[in-house]
Formats: sequence, structure tokens, C-alpha cells
Amino acid sequence: MCLGIPGEVIEIMDDHPDLARVDVSGVRRAINIGLLEGESLGRGDWILIHVGFALSKIDESEAKAALEFLEGIGQAYEDELNALRESKIE
Amino acid sequence: MTRMRFVDEYRDADKAQALAARIAELCEPGRQYKFMEVCGGHTHTIYKHGLEDYLPESVTLVHGPGCPVCVIPMGRVDDAIYIARQPDVIMTSFGDMMRVPGSGDTFFDANAAGTNIRMVYSPLDALKIAKQNPDKRVVFMAIGFETTAPSTAMTVLRAAKEGVENFSIFCNHVTIIPAIKAILDSPDLRLDGFIGPGHVSTVIGCRPYDFITRQYDKPLVVAGFEPLDILQTIYMILVQLSEGRCEVENQYSRVVPWDGNLRALGVINEVMELRPYFEWRGLGFISHSALKVREEYARFDAERIFDLPGVRVADPKACQCGEVLKGVLKPWECKVFGTACTPETPIGTCMVSPEGACAAYYNFGRFTRTRVMEATRS
Ligand code: SF4
Repeated sequence: MCLGIPGEVIEIMDDHPDLARVDVSGVRRAINIGLLEGESLGRGDWILIHVGFALSKIDESEAKAALEFLEGIGQAYEDELNALRESKIE
Repeated sequence: MTRMRFVDEYRDADKAQALAARIAELCEPGRQYKFMEVCGGHTHTIYKHGLEDYLPESVTLVHGPGCPVCVIPMGRVDDAIYIARQPDVIMTSFGDMMRVPGSGDTFFDANAAGTNIRMVYSPLDALKIAKQNPDKRVVFMAIGFETTAPSTAMTVLRAAKEGVENFSIFCNHVTIIPAIKAILDSPDLRLDGFIGPGHVSTVIGCRPYDFITRQYDKPLVVAGFEPLDILQTIYMILVQLSEGRCEVENQYSRVVPWDGNLRALGVINEVMELRPYFEWRGLGFISHSALKVREEYARFDAERIFDLPGVRVADPKACQCGEVLKGVLKPWECKVFGTACTPETPIGTCMVSPEGACAAYYNFGRFTRTRVMEATRS
């Protein structure tokens, strides 16, 4: 739960403007973007996700570096991704 | 003599060694430096990559209290299990909490004896379970620093908006600044600077650390989570010390805005307020160090809904988590480390979460240390 994980915004959901469909290491899930209100956010943008919520917008190179790092830490990141897979935020 | 040759598997080893050399140059001969990494995520990186091996002997890193699972006192785990045992309750929790021992049981043990405590990834998943089970009372075990508090607060606002009245939170959110202050005020530890938490700072920003530089004359540099981030942060702290400066600096500005996330702070403030005091595992009672649900949202507050026993439980005698959380002891100095206390059978919380210093050291650090010891012997 302490890991901030980067995800790429696929689309902002029309029917739920505070939700975005996000790709996190190949896992696609709805993520709440309500805490980034006021920031322009759209397809291709990268966000840092904690427990289903985007906490900050980050740039692509930061996201890539963070992902590489997370993939290197192994089990803790696997656990986080598995938890995300189970998650069905709506 | 340097120790850095023992860490060769790390891909940026060249850059790390270059930084290590600059760090070594900045250390005054004969002076000892002690820096605290506040955040458990940093502890994890430091052990995983054997970063201590890159540092001169005169630089010591000590762990701070920044692991939210580690600081939950046993009495609160007992209270959560008490809630879970009430009729028609579904308790929900982040996976990290499931193996944390209370005075008797963990959440897993409680489930084996009949409670329904479910792991969730997000508080929003807990809210969804509430909507799917209108005849149950669904409680979310809310833990974490300012990184997770906004998410819990947003979920409560959502529950209020949608009228999900069978949802509540058991609020155990803690705030990082009072914990740092408690450590600065504790007489057992002399520190020279802080490696500041990265993700907490995305929410609170860098300003709240000002008092550390002004009142306590210690530099603090907010740091990212990669090995090079941490080495660069140590370098930045040493530059400050060598120039006689003492400031808050932001090594992680690519993610952490100086002012934090004002919207997230606003949401926390709308739903929660500071408690007069809260018990931290190992650190004891710290005033204004945790959050509770505001009166306006009382109907979503498990502490008001359930008549909690609220019994204070002393930590087990063998457990030295308090000393580890304050950075006074290294994990391997605890008497039960790796023998009675392992990730499979944790006695203390620091062995449970992957961010806990004992777990991080158990999983990675001891290998590095063994290497170092073997090398010094040969
Ligand atoms: S080894 Fe176990 S009991 Fe000792 S400080 Fe670490 S977690 Fe606590």
C-alpha cells in the first residue's frame, strides 16, 4: 500500500469524470483522479497511483524510471499489482 | 578502504560509485554522520541495493518511523478484530495489515475463527463491497500517513454523496511531522540530517519541514526512491553541512511539488481533524499525531458506531520495535531478530510490512552484510 505506482491514462471516463482508465504494467483498471482536480489530464498522461487514487501527475521519463525500479524490487510490486488486479473501482 | 566493490549487481553502479566518491570527499575526517531515512520505502531501497556499502564508514543511516503498518499499536489491531466480530460486519483492510499481530490474533487468525476480514486494494473497493451488501455493516481499516489519508477521505465523501449508510471507516491515519518532532526531542539519538519522505511530500509539500531546519538546525532533503536518488540526497545533505547551510531541499522535484497537493490536503481537512493524542507502537503517545473523523461525518466513523474496548496493550517484552522505529537500534541488534521473529512468524510489526526495517533487512540486508563480513575477514 505504500508503493506509489505509475500508470498511463488510457481515457477519462465520460460517465464518471473523476475516473480514468489507466494502464499499470499491462493491468488496466479504473483509477480515481478526483485528487488531481484542476490539472489537465488526458490520454497519454502519466500519474502516480496510491491505493486506487492518482496523487500526482508525473512525466513519462519519471514514470519509466519508476516502473523499471518497481519491477526490480520483485515481490512487493507483484503483490501490489495482484491487489490492483482484484480491484474494481467504479 | 572502500566497501563499494561488493555491490556489483546494480545496473547504475558506475554512477553510484561516482556519487559515492563525491560523498566521501565531503566527509570531514574524524567526523561521524548520522542521517535518518524517515520513510520505509527508502529503507527498502537501501537494503535491497546495499547502499550502505557505497558509503564511507563515517556515514550511518538510521531508520525512521515512516512505515504506517509498523506504528499501529496492538490495542488498535485488537479493536479492529473486536469490530470484525460484531454481528453482520465485513471488515476490509489493505493486505499489509493481515499478518500484524494484536495482543492475541492477527486478522488472518481472526478469520480462521470466523470473522470476515477481506483484503482490498483501495478504500473504494471497500465502499463497493458495502453497496453490494446492503444488509451488512462494512468497515474499512484505514491506515497510513498523508499518502493514503486523502483516499480514505475521498471515499467517505463519496459514501456521503451516494448515501451508503452501511459503510464506515476505522480511522488510524497518522501524520508524519509530529513523529519526526518526537524523534528530534528524544534524547537517545543524535542526528545530522534527514532523508525526507518522498510520497508523503507529494501531499504535504516541503514547507512543513521548515521547523526542522529552523528549530533543530538539521538539513532535510526530500528524496526519491531509486538508489541514485538516495545517494544524491545524501550528497546534497553533506554539501549543506560542508557549506554551513541548513535548509529544506527537494531532490525529488520531478514528482514532489513544493506546495504539495492542496486539493488532497483540503479533502483530508474536510473529513478529518487532528486527535489530541494517539499511541504509536514503540514510540508511545504523541500529541496531535493522528487523524479522526469529524463530527459532521460521525455516521461513517466506526469508533462512534461500535463501542470499542480501546484497551491499551503493552508491546511484548522481547520486542524492540520502538528502538528500531526511532533509529536507536539496527534490526539485527534486536534480541529476537531472525530467530523468534521472522517474516513468517513476526513478533513485532517492523517484520510484517515490506517497508518495515526488520523485514527489509531480513530479506535483503543480511546478504549484503554477510558479504561485507566475509570480505573483511579475508
Ligand atoms: S526483530 Fe521483530 S521484535 Fe525485534 S524489532 Fe524487529 S520486528 Fe520488532
